[in-house]
Amino acid sequence: MIVGELKPIDELLKMIDGYNTILIAGCRGCVTVCNTGGEKEVSILASALRMAGRKEGKPVMIDEITLERQCDHYFVSSLRDLFEKKTYDAVVSLACSIGPQYIAEEFDNIIVLPGLNTVFMGGPVEQGIWAEYCSACGECQIHNFGGMCPVTRCAKGLLNGPCGGSFNGKCEIDNTTDCVWELIYKRLKKLGQLDLLSELVRPKDWSKSLSGGPRKMIREDLML
Amino acid sequence: MNTKFEPEIIFFCCNYCSYAAADLAGSLRMNYPPNIKIIIVPCSGRVDIIHLLHAFEQGADGVFVTGCMEGDCHFINGNIRAKKRVNYAKKILGEIGIEQDRVGMYNISASDAPEFVKVAKLITEKITALGPSPLKKQGDH
Repeated sequence: MIVGELKPIDELLKMIDGYNTILIAGCRGCVTVCNTGGEKEVSILASALRMAGRKEGKPVMIDEITLERQCDHYFVSSLRDLFEKKTYDAVVSLACSIGPQYIAEEFDNIIVLPGLNTVFMGGPVEQGIWAEYCSACGECQIHNFGGMCPVTRCAKGLLNGPCGGSFNGKCEIDNTTDCVWELIYKRLKKLGQLDLLSELVRPKDWSKSLSGGPRKMIREDLML
Repeated sequence: MNTKFEPEIIFFCCNYCSYAAADLAGSLRMNYPPNIKIIIVPCSGRVDIIHLLHAFEQGADGVFVTGCMEGDCHFINGNIRAKKRVNYAKKILGEIGIEQDRVGMYNISASDAPEFVKVAKLITEKITALGPSPLKKQGDH
């Protein structure tokens, strides 16, 4: 999932300063699962912003809506009915940054503000803790590494690790972060695939990652 | 005319403990401040952050959750969860400039009516000292 984090409320308050009628739009996708942009979080933020406005003597009218997915024009366009009935000074999107961009693309006359910081792609490692697992590098090689991604989970992104900073199975950047190269070694040993480590991994083709510019995937069989 | 500020305080009381304590306080004819408005919940873990925030929006001057003693929750850890949510609500209130002491959590067992009365009096004094919620307009109270 894409993991998002609520922006600090004072940053949001500065963003909405001067707007009187606001729509907070949540997303039932990833950010609902990571508890930052679902229906409940939309209500909590709406309540907090309403109270902050009232306290400062600048009351704001806030409506709440949660879309099925904000990374889909079909669902985002469903806001049209709402916008025809009511005028909003701004929309605060509680989705990953794809959401506000889709809303901006769909409605060129609506001011869209991001309510979340999109932090990474990953998943929960325990209740209330999420960790990064993927960098969307565009060329997955985890079959060489026991199913674990050193590009993301090694602080140095080493393909031929580990470095000398691994200590007691933890990374030198912080002792709560596992050294993924230690995990890779242990897992390959268990799988009887340690020979994979004796092969030198060639440099990655980073043009398939973001350094090649914004990426696009085309499936002609699906195109209308 | 100056009228004395009488705070409106919401207590979300767990049915199994603090509500029983409040009930017992009544049966024992123990007085506690009428400022306390009790909402019974099946477990303090039923209380969500949004309930606490909405109570403030609706005009409460203080909002508190009272649950079972730690380790005694009928649903194992509902009171521990409630405590974490109360702390999150405190954080939000702090971020929007509302006194964090207006929200809190207490653990009171079912048989401890005197403790319920003590907590009710203590909170009423504390919220009275803080004054009306900053969300209320002058003269609202």
